[in-house]
Amino acid sequence: MEVKDKLVRVPVREQDPKVRAKNFEEVCLGYNMEEAQAEASRCLKCKNPQCQQGCPVQINIPAFIKEIENGDIKAAYDEISRYSALPAICGRVCPQESQCEAKCIRGIKGEAVSIGKLERFTADWARENGVVPKNDSEKKGVKVAVIGSGPSGLTCAGELCKKGYDVTIFEALHEAGGVLVYGIPEFRLPKDTVVKSEIENVKKLGAKIETDVIIGKSVTIDELMEKEGFKAVFIGSGAGLPKFMGIPGELANGVFSANEFLTRNNLMKAFRDEYDTPIYKGKSVAVVGGGNVAMDAARTALRLGAEVYIVYRRSEAELPARKEEVEHAKQEGINFKLLTNPTEILVDDNGWVKGIKCVEMELGEPDASGRRRPVVKEGSEFVIDVDTVIMSLGTSPNPLITSTTEGLESNKHGCIVAEEHTGLTSRQGVFAGGDAVTGAATVILAMQAGKEAAAAIDEYLK
Amino acid sequence: MYQILKKQMLSDKIVLMDVKAPRVSANCLPGQFVIVKADEKGERIPLTICDYNREKETVTIVFQIVGASTALMAKYEEGEAFADFVGPLGKASELCFENVDELKKKKIIFMAGGVGTAPVYPQVKWLHEQGVDADVIIGARNESLIILSEEMKKVAGNVYVTTDDGTMGRKGNVNDCLKYLINEEKKTYDLAIAIGPLIMMKFATILTKELNIPTVVSLNPIMVDGTGMCGACRVQVGDEIKFACVDGPEFDGHLVDFDGCMKRQQLYKTEEGRAVLREKEGDTHHGGCGQCE
Repeated sequence: MEVKDKLVRVPVREQDPKVRAKNFEEVCLGYNMEEAQAEASRCLKCKNPQCQQGCPVQINIPAFIKEIENGDIKAAYDEISRYSALPAICGRVCPQESQCEAKCIRGIKGEAVSIGKLERFTADWARENGVVPKNDSEKKGVKVAVIGSGPSGLTCAGELCKKGYDVTIFEALHEAGGVLVYGIPEFRLPKDTVVKSEIENVKKLGAKIETDVIIGKSVTIDELMEKEGFKAVFIGSGAGLPKFMGIPGELANGVFSANEFLTRNNLMKAFRDEYDTPIYKGKSVAVVGGGNVAMDAARTALRLGAEVYIVYRRSEAELPARKEEVEHAKQEGINFKLLTNPTEILVDDNGWVKGIKCVEMELGEPDASGRRRPVVKEGSEFVIDVDTVIMSLGTSPNPLITSTTEGLESNKHGCIVAEEHTGLTSRQGVFAGGDAVTGAATVILAMQAGKEAAAAIDEYLK
Repeated sequence: MYQILKKQMLSDKIVLMDVKAPRVSANCLPGQFVIVKADEKGERIPLTICDYNREKETVTIVFQIVGASTALMAKYEEGEAFADFVGPLGKASELCFENVDELKKKKIIFMAGGVGTAPVYPQVKWLHEQGVDADVIIGARNESLIILSEEMKKVAGNVYVTTDDGTMGRKGNVNDCLKYLINEEKKTYDLAIAIGPLIMMKFATILTKELNIPTVVSLNPIMVDGTGMCGACRVQVGDEIKFACVDGPEFDGHLVDFDGCMKRQQLYKTEEGRAVLREKEGDTHHGGCGQCE
């Protein structure tokens, strides 16, 4: 396949919006070999690759792209594996447009190279061809505990295994993967193929995973270190606590946190007939919020058969969700009610949601976050008729660990206080990273924190 | 996997199981709960801990068969194993943190309704081990639904059994029994713990408020993860919204909005609610939530 215009990306195939709005199959179909090689040929192989600087885990991007162009996908995979244990996941959910691809020199005059789609292609090829990461490190016989099996925990565990440590990951839920499993939907990140196999790869590096263990309840960090012989602990427990607005009507039947709605559907697989989990489908659903989680909840509700509104108090430019997710949501027919803020959930006599009362907003002066503060337009009150409301207002870290670990400092937002680039906490031998430290952020930033903490733990245990 | 070491039918619909779960049994205390998932595709069912044995590494659960998931769990036999058994979840009973000498001065009454007798048992047993003997009222609709009365007698001061139809013990509900104890037997109590169906706890707390007895209740609402993640279990307590899974399951009974709880539970407990659910949940409605009757 020849690329006629080097300034333009090789388009990636996607499911038709009308078709995919009714199924849970993956939206993006990815490149085939021919397309991947063509796209790889657009890379300028810069001497001083800016894309690598834009990658939180510093993957040598031109090196793996060159291997794709040469047709040696195994070599491309080995190259990526030196830096990341979760490429099939990152290739799908990283915000490349604001990281590696934002720095791509090709992107100055034309469109940036589709680095994410090439990473995904490489990782998918490796999985389909049975290529797995190798670990020939010498075993140190030193035990390290990793709390949480989400992106930061898996990355930290993988890195520590590669350094020869004896790693056990503790997971509170019945399945490993954290937000990759309970939060991000199947149509963005397939579980049985992509997520499971990358977790298997971390196990192949040597990590053990113990599910159904809630640190702080089933066992404490002190017990792990004093009684079970763990010499260091990494906390990657994420930010799992949902927020509600505190407006009237939030206890009505038909009001859910995005966490509950997504967990029922993703982890508990309510959308599949053979699973016992029920989910409230709703005829008409309002999702409050504008982040990736809000898009995920909205597009899930749509696939379950509802008419769906996104209700967000700022304008489109401020939507925190990735552009691709917003575009996909629009194509599928999600209604965006922007500059709109709920003031009350209307409830019928039996306690069921019957509507959501909103006001229109306009943007005023910038606030502390640098975004223009939305202010209420007087007399603009109106009602959207919905029978389901999903609150997607962000999440905060779970206090279960900080409240049961003596001397582990947290800030006023409940985030664990940890040193930048090492993850060192106020407790000796205890490191932390990912959303548990930063509050809700992205998969790749959590992976970066896990990777840096692994290096710091290695340093600490030397 | 979590092996079932003992299974006993307490009635034709109520099952007791001892399950091997070393991490849970090592750290659990009365008042806490576990989440059980029978197999890969099952629901996560929250159940309050009924007893535990740290040496044998077992935890005892008692559940009533009220839907697809509990029916599936009831089919498991001794020697078989549940896929998941996680805990201990929630806060332990406040009794566990009180000064024992102070506790010994208190006169404590437990009001147990139906399967609510199971979570009452470990608290009474724990008090007994501290040298405090509490009184217990066990109430149910009829004799077949009275459970654990013999076990309770071994650890309680006095046990009063009462049934709505009079087929066992006194005739009447737990409130009638408490009124009798106070009015006729001239008993006094400084603390009540009421655990059972929402409607029973609602009326028990109305009565104890009149009688000026501080009262603790234990809630068992719908939940998914049990660690504060889903928010399905939120409940109005006084001016605040609490999550039963992490802030509870025990709360000040005089502050809980029982009518609100019941409205949320109507989804599952009434024919009307279930009809709405069937419509709203469509083909995902399997009655597998563990709450549908």
